[in-house]
Amino acid sequence: MIEGIIIGLKTALTLQNILMVMLGCFFGTIIGMLPGLGPMTAIALMIPITYGFDPATGLILMAGVYYGAVFGGSTSSILLNAPGVPGTVATSFDGYPMAQQGKAGKALAIAAWSSFAGGTLSAIYLLFMAPSLSKVSLSFRSPDYFALMILGLTAIAAFSSKGQFLKAMMMVVLGLMLASVGQDSLSDITRFTFNNMNLTDGISFVLVVMATFAMNEALTIILKRNDPTSAVKQVSLTELGSIKINKEERTKMYKTIPRSSVIGFLIGVLPGAGATIASFLAYGMERNIVNDEEKEKFGKGSVNGLSAPETANNAACSGSFVPMLTLGIPGSGTTAVMLGALLGFGVQPGPRLYMTNPEIFWSIIMSMYIGMVILLILNLPLIPYIARILAVPKNYLIPLILFFSITGIYVMSFNNFDIYLMIGIAIVATFMRLYDFPMPPLILAFVLGGLMEENLRRSLLLSNGSWEFLWDRTLTACILLTTILIVVWHIYKTTFKKVTPK
Amino acid sequence: MNINTTKVISLLFFIFSAFYLYTAYQIQVFAFDENAPFNARTFPIYLGYAGLFFSGLKLILPDPNTIKVQHKTLEYKKTVILIVIAIIYGATILKVGYFLTTSLFLFSSYYFLGERRWVLMFLLSFPFVAAFMYLLHGVLDIYLRDPFLQSIGVMG
Repeated sequence: MIEGIIIGLKTALTLQNILMVMLGCFFGTIIGMLPGLGPMTAIALMIPITYGFDPATGLILMAGVYYGAVFGGSTSSILLNAPGVPGTVATSFDGYPMAQQGKAGKALAIAAWSSFAGGTLSAIYLLFMAPSLSKVSLSFRSPDYFALMILGLTAIAAFSSKGQFLKAMMMVVLGLMLASVGQDSLSDITRFTFNNMNLTDGISFVLVVMATFAMNEALTIILKRNDPTSAVKQVSLTELGSIKINKEERTKMYKTIPRSSVIGFLIGVLPGAGATIASFLAYGMERNIVNDEEKEKFGKGSVNGLSAPETANNAACSGSFVPMLTLGIPGSGTTAVMLGALLGFGVQPGPRLYMTNPEIFWSIIMSMYIGMVILLILNLPLIPYIARILAVPKNYLIPLILFFSITGIYVMSFNNFDIYLMIGIAIVATFMRLYDFPMPPLILAFVLGGLMEENLRRSLLLSNGSWEFLWDRTLTACILLTTILIVVWHIYKTTFKKVTPK
Repeated sequence: MNINTTKVISLLFFIFSAFYLYTAYQIQVFAFDENAPFNARTFPIYLGYAGLFFSGLKLILPDPNTIKVQHKTLEYKKTVILIVIAIIYGATILKVGYFLTTSLFLFSSYYFLGERRWVLMFLLSFPFVAAFMYLLHGVLDIYLRDPFLQSIGVMG
């Protein structure tokens, strides 16, 4: 492991890679801050830029963007009560009341320090856990992988659907269907191309991500421009107050951060869960743990209430790298986008990644530490200035998002068809999103589609066409049973129980 | 009569899945692969059935969380204009070139979204695209096709 850490440090500490982490954190913060634009959009917009880099540098840039975007999301949560990222919704519960009390600077500083501590602690957990999990996952066979992918897709559908499980499952199926377009990987037989040569190689991952996130986001912003429910309240950005945290507040944070980082990391590791659930759970847990006097302050500007979700959402970001790096199965929509980019670089994540490409594996982990430090150095003093970016007019923001999306596809294929296809998918996605059809399950399914078919193929061929492989091994059967329980519970919950928004 | 749009979307998805399933059965496989435990059409067939299953369930089961969209508050006109501009941009980018079409796309998008600060609109289109092009083409070495700039001798 020491050797790996040295390799990782050597790669991560090159001038180019440090610059990439800095740029990633900076642009991620800016993009994540803009309401509606989350880490997935931020990373998707960065993919074309990473084409010119080696895989390690490209991934370091994307990891920086990821952390930056999550931190940026907290800024808009605190200042505008408009979370840029779902994972920072819980941040607004106490962050926004603090800002309203004239303590916006302090709230942003608490968020910055908590994010830093949460991210750093979870990067340490990742450092120790990832290699051991890689060793364990070497014993995984095709049926286990297939079952694990089904579980991952079901879990992301369950957690991202906000009570609309069946809709999320429909999006999973749609994602898998889109992934099936093009040549079959083994026989080279073309499927669903309708004699169109442009579809022979399948639909590009970047195209689907750009269409369902970046472009969809831009179209939704303009479509809902006059919607009174989506209007955001502006607090004065000129009077942020002091960013100093006093001793009493620090003492509270010392207690909150370790426990929230553990819960954040563990939730992040679970396939499908991620920063949103982690932050809500950490917030709820913190409220239950603190004394009655402190409990009263929750929702009115509590330091614990702000620190807990901020620590947890950053810890979950690191946690979500564990299944991606060790199993090749992303734990969240964002890591699914990164997995797609990794496959684009010709790198196959999985248990052997840290043996075959140790520089990538370890440099990502090392760059997380560096990213956290840079995020803090960069963002803390720049808080008053960065906050002004929130005032960017939508008239400029929307065309620029569309421009980056179309450019991303253009430089990749030099093909009009891809641009039309992207616009078409974006229109459908925007319409479906109006009716609460979630997009992360679609992306995760699209990324996993090929791998899933591959593992099913191997499993069925080995078992001579029998589906017994699903319960032959205890591990496979356990994973499958968990999946069935999630499906049955969520269909029951979303159909027969009225979900009341909190 | 109020039509639940989510159910309509589910019905459309059901029809789409049926079409997908039909097309999956039409996939030509090699003769020796026809009766193999797994061939090129196996996975798509399962997907087709999965689509029918989930959309069918959505259609028949009660929907306690009906989504109501206030269409009157949605800005359809500007969205459609922007989509049309994006399509025109996509149609001309290869023939005319990256610089001119992208700059015009940005400029016209700002205009149709209601912006009238001409200097800012100009700065955030032509010089911005030129700088971005330099970053991609000059610094990152990503090839950008531009017949227009080539014809006037700016690009090699």
